[in-house]
Formats: sequence, C-alpha cells, structure tokens
Amino acid sequence: MGPLSSRLFALESRRGWTVFMGLAAMLMLVVPVLNLAVPPDSWLHVPTFWVTTLGKFLCFAMLALALDLIWGYAGILSLGHGAFFGLGGYAMGMYLMRQIGERGVYGHPELPDFMVFLDWKELPWYWFGFDHFAFAVLMAMLVPGALAFVFGWLAFRSRITGVYFSIISQAMVFAMMLAFFRNEMGFGGNNGLTDFKDLLGFDLSASTTKVGLYLASALMLGLMYLLCRYVVTSKLGRVLIAVRDAESRVRFLGYSVTRAKLFVFTLSAMLAGIAGALYVPQVGIINPGEFTPAKSIEIAIWVAVGGRGTLFGAAAGAVAVNGAKSLLTGIAPEIWLFFLGALFILVTLLMPRGLVGVVRQWRERRAIAKTSRSDSHVSA
Amino acid sequence: MSLPDPAPDFPEAHHIAPETLLYLDGVSVSFDGFRALNSLSLIIDRGEMRAIIGPNGAGKTTMMDVVTGRTRPDHGEVLFADRIDLTALNETEIANLGIGRKFQKPTVFENLTVFENLSLALKADRRILFTLFARISAEQTGRIEQALETIRLTAQRDRAAGDLSHGQKQWLEIGMLLIQEPDLMLLDEPVAGMTDAETEQTVELLHEISSTHSLVVVEHDMNFVRDLDCRVTVLDEGQVIAEGPMDAIQSDPRVIEVYLGR
Amino acid sequence: MVHLIRKGRSGGKILGTAALGAALLFAAAPAAAEPSEADLHAALQALDTKKFKQKAQAIEHLGTLGGPRVLEVLEALSKGRLHVRKDGRIVIAERSGKQYTVQDAASGRPEPEAGKKELKKIKVNNRLRRLIRGVTGRLALFSDDPGRRLEAADNLSKNPSPEALPLFRQARDRETDDAVRAKLEVGIAVLELEADDPALRLAAATTLAGISNPDIRSLLKRRLAADAEPNPEIREALHRAVESIDRKLWLFGIAENLLFGISLGSVLLLAAIGLAITFGVMGVINMAHGEMIMLGAYSTFMVQEIFRSVVPPELFGFYLLAALPVAFLMSAAMGVLIERGVIRFLYGRPLETLLATWGISLILQQLVRSLFGANNREVANPEWISGAVEIAGGVTVTLNRLCIILFCLAVVAALAAFIRYSRFGLNMRAVTQNRSMASSMGIRTGQVDALTFALGSGIAGVAGMALSQISNVSPNLGQNFIVDSFMVVVFGGVGSLWGTIVGAFSLGIVNKFLEPVSGAILGKIVVLVFIILFIQMRPRGLFALKGRAAGD
Repeated sequence: MGPLSSRLFALESRRGWTVFMGLAAMLMLVVPVLNLAVPPDSWLHVPTFWVTTLGKFLCFAMLALALDLIWGYAGILSLGHGAFFGLGGYAMGMYLMRQIGERGVYGHPELPDFMVFLDWKELPWYWFGFDHFAFAVLMAMLVPGALAFVFGWLAFRSRITGVYFSIISQAMVFAMMLAFFRNEMGFGGNNGLTDFKDLLGFDLSASTTKVGLYLASALMLGLMYLLCRYVVTSKLGRVLIAVRDAESRVRFLGYSVTRAKLFVFTLSAMLAGIAGALYVPQVGIINPGEFTPAKSIEIAIWVAVGGRGTLFGAAAGAVAVNGAKSLLTGIAPEIWLFFLGALFILVTLLMPRGLVGVVRQWRERRAIAKTSRSDSHVSA
Repeated sequence: MSLPDPAPDFPEAHHIAPETLLYLDGVSVSFDGFRALNSLSLIIDRGEMRAIIGPNGAGKTTMMDVVTGRTRPDHGEVLFADRIDLTALNETEIANLGIGRKFQKPTVFENLTVFENLSLALKADRRILFTLFARISAEQTGRIEQALETIRLTAQRDRAAGDLSHGQKQWLEIGMLLIQEPDLMLLDEPVAGMTDAETEQTVELLHEISSTHSLVVVEHDMNFVRDLDCRVTVLDEGQVIAEGPMDAIQSDPRVIEVYLGR
Repeated sequence: MVHLIRKGRSGGKILGTAALGAALLFAAAPAAAEPSEADLHAALQALDTKKFKQKAQAIEHLGTLGGPRVLEVLEALSKGRLHVRKDGRIVIAERSGKQYTVQDAASGRPEPEAGKKELKKIKVNNRLRRLIRGVTGRLALFSDDPGRRLEAADNLSKNPSPEALPLFRQARDRETDDAVRAKLEVGIAVLELEADDPALRLAAATTLAGISNPDIRSLLKRRLAADAEPNPEIREALHRAVESIDRKLWLFGIAENLLFGISLGSVLLLAAIGLAITFGVMGVINMAHGEMIMLGAYSTFMVQEIFRSVVPPELFGFYLLAALPVAFLMSAAMGVLIERGVIRFLYGRPLETLLATWGISLILQQLVRSLFGANNREVANPEWISGAVEIAGGVTVTLNRLCIILFCLAVVAALAAFIRYSRFGLNMRAVTQNRSMASSMGIRTGQVDALTFALGSGIAGVAGMALSQISNVSPNLGQNFIVDSFMVVVFGGVGSLWGTIVGAFSLGIVNKFLEPVSGAILGKIVVLVFIILFIQMRPRGLFALKGRAAGD
C-alpha cells in the first residue's frame, strides 16, 4: 500500500469503513436500482420524486458537513452559511440559465428572460464564461471561497469570536439577501433563476438525469466526508479543536489562529458552494430566499441534532431534520415551526451532543452494565 | 541614589549587553486610567532564572502579557535576544521566536489527550498548511515520550487532558512549555494549587530546566521562591521596587512595607 | 324644512360675523367690506346671459365686490348650483329628492322649494371655472379665517397673475398674521420682479433671496437664462438670490435628513434598547428579542380591541396609555418565563443560548400566527398623535413619528434613571460586574437575572407598542428588527447604554443620508457592510469597555 492509500485507510476505523461502505452501497446502488430497474407498480419501486428529494437532503448533508467543520471543530458558529450555499447555487443557476438559449419565453439567443424583460441590451460582464460548465463549477467553489476568505480575514484578524462572529455573519447573509432581491444586481431579483432546461445536454426533466444528479450528490457527499475526515484527523484538526477549547492558548504555542480559522472557514464555504451547485439543478430554482437568515440558522440545528463535532452526526442530522420537515409540512404545515422551535430548545438543553451523543451514551452505559454484570458473576 | 541618571537621550538599545536576553525599559500600560505598569524596567540575562514577586495588582501578569504580545504597552521598549522589538509582534510570532508561557490558570486542551497536547506544543513547523499534511515522526514521538517521563504523566498518555487532576494539568502545561523548546520561559504561578510534595518536585524540575533555559517565574508563595534560590525582583504598583537575592529582599524596608504595611 | 332653516340660520350667522370682522379689521378696505345686498343683486343679474364673455365680466365684477357672500355664490356657480328662477332672480338651488331647495343668492335667505321647471341653470365652462377659481382664491385672501387666508396666499403666490398685484398689496397691507403676510410678500415679489421700477425689482430680488423654495429658484434661473433683467446690479442680486436659495435648500435638505434620521434612529433605539440590557448587560443573546417587540405590539392591538368594544368612543384615544403597562407586563412575563425556563440552564454557553432562543422565537411567531392569523393587524393612531407638523421651510414630520422620538427619549431616560438610582439597578450592576461577590453579599443572583431579563423584555414590549403606531402589526414584526437591533448594540459597544443610544441615532442618520444617494435598499446594504467593516477595526464597538476584565 502506498502512503496515500494507507492514509486514506487510516481515516476511519474498521467499523467506520464498514458503515461508510454500507451506506455508500445503499445510497448509490440500492436506491437507483429500486428506481430504475424495479417496475413502477411494484411495492419496492422508489419513485423518482423520492430520489430527487433524497438528493436534496444529501446536498443539505453536505452543507451540514461544511458547517460542522467550522462549528463542531473550530468553534465558529456561522449564521451566514446560506450565503455560500446560495452563491454556489447561483453560479450553477447562471450556467443553467445560459443553457436555455433561445428556448426562453422571449427567445433571445444570449440574454436570459429576466434581462430581456428589464430591457437590458447585453449580458453584464460577470455573466461571461458561465456558458461553460467547468467555469461555472469552478465559480461555485471560488466565489463562496473568496467571499469567505475576505469576510473571514477581516473578522478573524480582529479576533471577532463567539456570538459576535455569529451576529455579523448573520448580518452578512442579510445584506446578501437584500442585494439579490434587487433587479439591478442582474440575478433575476425576486424571482431568481429558474425555468432551466438542461445540464450538459441532459434534459433536467428526464428521470435518468434526476437519478444521475442524485448519484452525483451521493458521490460528492462521500468525497466531502472523506476530505473533512482527513482535515479533522490531521494535526490541523487538533489545532482546530485546541482553538475551539482555548483559543488564546493556541497563539502562545506559536500557531496562527487567524490562519487556521481562515483556512477552515474558506474550505467550509467552498464545500457549501458545491452543495448549492448540486442542489439547484435538482430543485430547479434558485432565488434570494436562500439568503434569508432563518435558513442559515436552520443549518445549525441540523448539525446540533445529529451531534456537532462528529461529521457523521452532522450529515445524519441534516437528513433527519429535513425528513421530518417534509413529513410534518405534508401533514400540517403550522405544526412544523412549533416542532422546529422545540427542536432548537430541546436539543440545546437536553442533548448537547446530539443523536450521536445519545447513542454513544447508551452504548457506554450498556458496556458498563455488561462489565458490572460479568464482574458480579465473577464475584459470585 | 545620588548617582546621576543616564543621559536623557539614551541611545536606543545601545546599552544592551550581549548577555541580555530580555530587555524592558520604561514600559507603561494603563487600563481605563488604572496604571497596571508604570515605567517598568527589567533585564533578564541568558541562562538566568528570575523570580518575580509582588502583591496583587502589582503588574506581574500584565508584564508577562506585554512580553508575550497579548497587551501592547502605551510607552516603552521591549526587546528580545538580538534586539527584536516585541511590541511590533503578535502572540504567535513571539511564541515562534522562542518565548514560552505558562498561564496562571492551567490552560490545557481538555478535549485532546495528554499526548496530543504535547504533540501540538512540539517544536515544529507550525504553519497552518504544513499542519494539514504533517505527520509525527518516530524521533518526535520519542521526544514526547521523554517529556511525558519528565512530567511524570506517562501513564496518562492517552487520557483526555480534561480528566487530569489540577496538579497534573500544571505539570502538563510545564511539559508543553518544555517540548516547545523556548529560549525564554515565563511561568505564571506554576505551583498554585499544588500539594507540598508536588511543589517540591516542581522546584526540582525548574532547577533542571534552568540549566538549559532562561526562566522567569512569577509566584506568590515565598517559600517556593526561596527554594528557587535565584535573583528576585519585587514589583509594586507597576514598578520595580527592589531586586537582588532573596535574603536582601526580605530585609528591604520598602518590600516589608509593601507586604506588611497595609 | 328643518334642514333648510338650519342652513339659513347658519348662513345668517356667517354673514353677521363676517360683517363684524370686516368692520373691525378691514374698516379701511372697501373690497373686503360687505357689499350691500342691492349691489350684489345687481351684479348677480349680470350673470343671466348666454354669452360666456359677459359672464366672465360679471364674475370679475363680483370679485371686486368681495365678501363671503360672493365667495359662496361663486362656489355655487362653479358647481352648477346657481340658477335663474322663473321670476328672474338669481338663486342657489340644490336638488333634494324631486324638488330643489332654494335660497336667494344675494341674501342667502331660504325660499320655497322649486321644481325643476322653475329653474334655469347658469352654465359655466372650464375657462369660467378657472376664472372663478382665481377670483375666489383672491377673495379668500380676505377671509377671516387665518388658515383659509394662508391657503389662499399659498395658492396665489405659487402661480401669481399680474392683475392680482394690487389685490396682493392690499391684502398684505392689512394682513395681521405673519405667516400669511410672508406668503403674500413672496407672491408680490415674484410679480414685482417684472415691475418697471428698478427699485421694486431689486427689492423683490432681495425678498426672494430669503425664500427656500425650489420653484422660486427655477423662476429666478429662468429669468436669468432668458436675459430678461436689463439692470446689471439687479442681475447680480438675482444671482445672489439663487445662491442664497441654493444654500437654504441644501440646509433644509440636511435638516430634513437629520430629522428623518433621528426618527429612524429612535425606532432603532427603541428596538435595541431592551437588547442593550439582555445582551449588553447580561451577555445573553436573545434571538427572541424581536418577538418580545411583537408581543408588545399585539398587546397594544388587544387593548385597542377591548377599548373599542367596552369603553365609550370619546375615551378610545386613551387606549395607548392603557396599552403601555400591558405591553410591558406581557413581554416582561414572557421574558421571565424564557429566562427561568431555558436561558438559566445555558449561562456560559452563548452559542447554545442563541440557538435555543431562536427556537423560542419560531414558536412565538407561529403561536401568534395561529392565534391572530398571518395577516397584518391594524392598530389605529389615536387622534392626539395623528396628523403632521410643519417645521420651518416645508419640512414636515408626521406627529406619530415625532411622538416616537419623544417617547423613545423618555424611555431611555427612565431606564437610565432606574438603573442608576433604584435598589434593583444597583443589584443588577453588582451581579453583572462580579457575580460571586454579589452572591456572597446576599444578593439573590437568580432573581436578579430573571428580573433583569424581564426588564429588557418588558422594554422591548413597550417598543412594540410604539412601533405598532408606525408599522404593521404582523407575526413577522420582530424579525424585521432583529438584525438591525443587534447591529445597533454591537456597533455602539456591548454593555454601554450610551453606546447604544449613539449607535442607534448615528445609524439612523447615516441611513437617511445615504438613501437619496443610493436608494433605500442599497443604503441599508451599505450601512450593514459599513458596520461589518467597522467591527473589524473596533471589535468592541464605539464605546468599548477597556481593561483586563473586558478581555477574552
């Protein structure tokens, strides 16, 4: 085994790898097969709508991973991560918009419908290049990364920590929301970007494309998990935990806290951007609603429910909370906010380590019970 | 007392002797009108062990804050080694220059193991991108094991630092300082909360360290300072009021007044 | 009939007072003296013609007669109510059912009802209506109601016609009200700009230099551009007048922005002041702070509804006074509930507090939405704070905004006094400065925490009451303020009441000065970005607490 593969292997324990591979097989083999190969009238058939919904949840799981990386490990609670997710989404949306071409309502070969409607004569400069998929994907990472870098550099350099950081990151996403609501910004204002037709030539309404996007999300989530796992198990990961627990002490050890935070914050923003880019073609729309502060705070509760400081918990929490949301809003929409609110309160009060913590505690207790039982056997 | 003052146009740092490691001159710091340091001057030589004592609020911790870059002085010079101006550097840069510090309240990283705590302190390339790819070499592991031995925590190697007793945390912090291999160590009340036996062991340890490092120890405990058997500086109201061997200090009327007079 | 008699009587009364007023005030003014009924009668008869040109002359003639009766007649004429009765007399007739109620035009005396056939309408066209408007406008200059005179002077000086000049002068000479006279002077000056006498023109230029009206400015500019002024000295005076007006307009613009900025600032301050206590003093991040404001607003709404159904309508206007304690207590009680139920378990864990209180805010919003519906609820302004006040130079401010400024200052003053002088304020400061010391001195810190939080929440409730007067009351009310309030507190410096005040007003004013340049939304974005950048330079805000205690 080469050094790289041995390091990759060392990322997880043997059991960890078993679970990882099991989940990967489940998501990447079983679900698509049940959708594509099983006839629709069979009770085993998974409808395409479910596959897309699951794909959406996987994007949320990526977003949760991104937030957990900075909150769970470095202690930075960003209440503005929706900004990076949204920017990634807009980058992809711009590509999809350009792909529409003459099929828009106004049939303009170059300009998206909303620009024709606004009576714009030519494409704004920042729209150039977005007709290339690779460029759009690059931008989906670089733009959130650049914003995070600048914002983080300003904030971490002045040692803005804790709730102060949370508050100004919320102000940032709020400012973004206001900005993107403006038609003059050239991102479709209120309505955002929508009416997408195809991606890389694949029809977005075809169910094979949808399953393909779902598979891409699952694959990306797996890769992202391994990347985050690499970061948190590296020496940098220990520096981050040290920063979380005793920030000023780390400085006196000779590590630049500013740079450590800046690195992980920028990385996290880029991951959030990728999540957004995968999310948009699956839901078919991106609008400034993604920038509402409430949405960004919600990400924190996904992570908290699953268990912050554990990557698996964060991802699982995102899927669990969003599953509950789909379920509850389907039954009675007004219940959802009560539920979500209660979730915020109860999780912080009663299970600070999240579901993962509860499971661990339960397992430890069982282990203790087992040993004490065997002890009593011995003594008896 | 009647000696003439040095020339007022004291040429910058020219008087610093080659054996000087740390040089503070005329350092003043005030918080909201309260003068924590009042034109403090202090010189520490290479290889020296120095104890600093003084009543509460004398400015001992603030002095350390100034040296380690946590607090920027309003006036005064703070120079290190080859006349490096410490007031222009931040904590990280100063730490990388080779100044280590142990805090009054032991601050170890509670969620990391004892080994991990030491591995973070280990003298190595501390650039962030480097840490992303860094791996601990066998040689480094050896050094950590050695430090564990010195601070008597080998048995606790893989325990979370948060689970250690108070004294053990103090020791771990001293161990982290050791493994950092600084030229100058600043220790803020290293034996606070330790049992007598632990204190004795600490004295031993400090003597051992002082043979290879320069040390500044801030302490309340007079007996401990006496056991250190080194030059003592007494601070009061942000100024040096006496300096010399412990015996001389204890008979200095001003020191007596400061300690007993109120 | 009853109706008719009443009308007649009140008409007579007006006549009486007008005559008296004219006798007292305008003794020397023939145009304002009540013309004799006979004169009026004669002048009115001239209207009975088919030719519009003759009608116009008749109207002009009536205008020279003057008096309130003429005003009434001309008004009737322009509304098509002036008729010729079969007997040839001019009457004012108004349809009531099938018949017409009739009064004599010259005297205003009621007459027997008439059928449609007995009456012949005196027709007017638009040109005549315009003429009537001009004449009545001029006549109103001599009304005995100063408000009416002011309105007339205002209308006339906006668009003066040269023929009206003598009338203007006349009106000015007898005018007793300063405001009306100032308006008249402007009208006269505008006309005299074109006078033959250079002295008059110069005087006019000087008068107009003191006016801060963009219309006057463009009039002067037009005159300069058209080279209509031959005299170089007067031309110079005109230039100076334009400059002077520019300067005044600029100043007024600033004054207006300042005023609006202070108004916005006081709204921000009201929203943030409770937060300055819970966050600034206690260090608790309460994301449900906005909902405390919302609860205050809904309490006000409920008190209003109760007043509407229970209290006699004359007293309705006082519902706000009753709402004040209700709003305070509602939010304060909710504050105690939140502090004792959730926050106290999370002291020392600010990020968790943030998330838990966010959950509370979601629940409260949804609760209110379920109880009151998602739509806006209307809270009416009581009469005593409705309307607008004009503050020099056309800067007007609505009374409710003005009241909010004053109310906000009162709240801040009361709060500062309370913290400084009350026993509880002392305990509160003691606990926040050194909890364990305060506790060992016998202060029950848990109680102080709960009450401090209640105080902050209660003030948010009071803010909600005030905000219900200027904005819609909806379940989202609080959300609109949460980011802004946090920005105010962080910008001003956490823990500093003074900082919060300065922060709120400066952000309000900066916002209002940016708005005309960049538009409202962009202005808001600019302010947010500015705060984010400002925090980088001074992480502890404008009024930072310094020292070791404030560190880490």
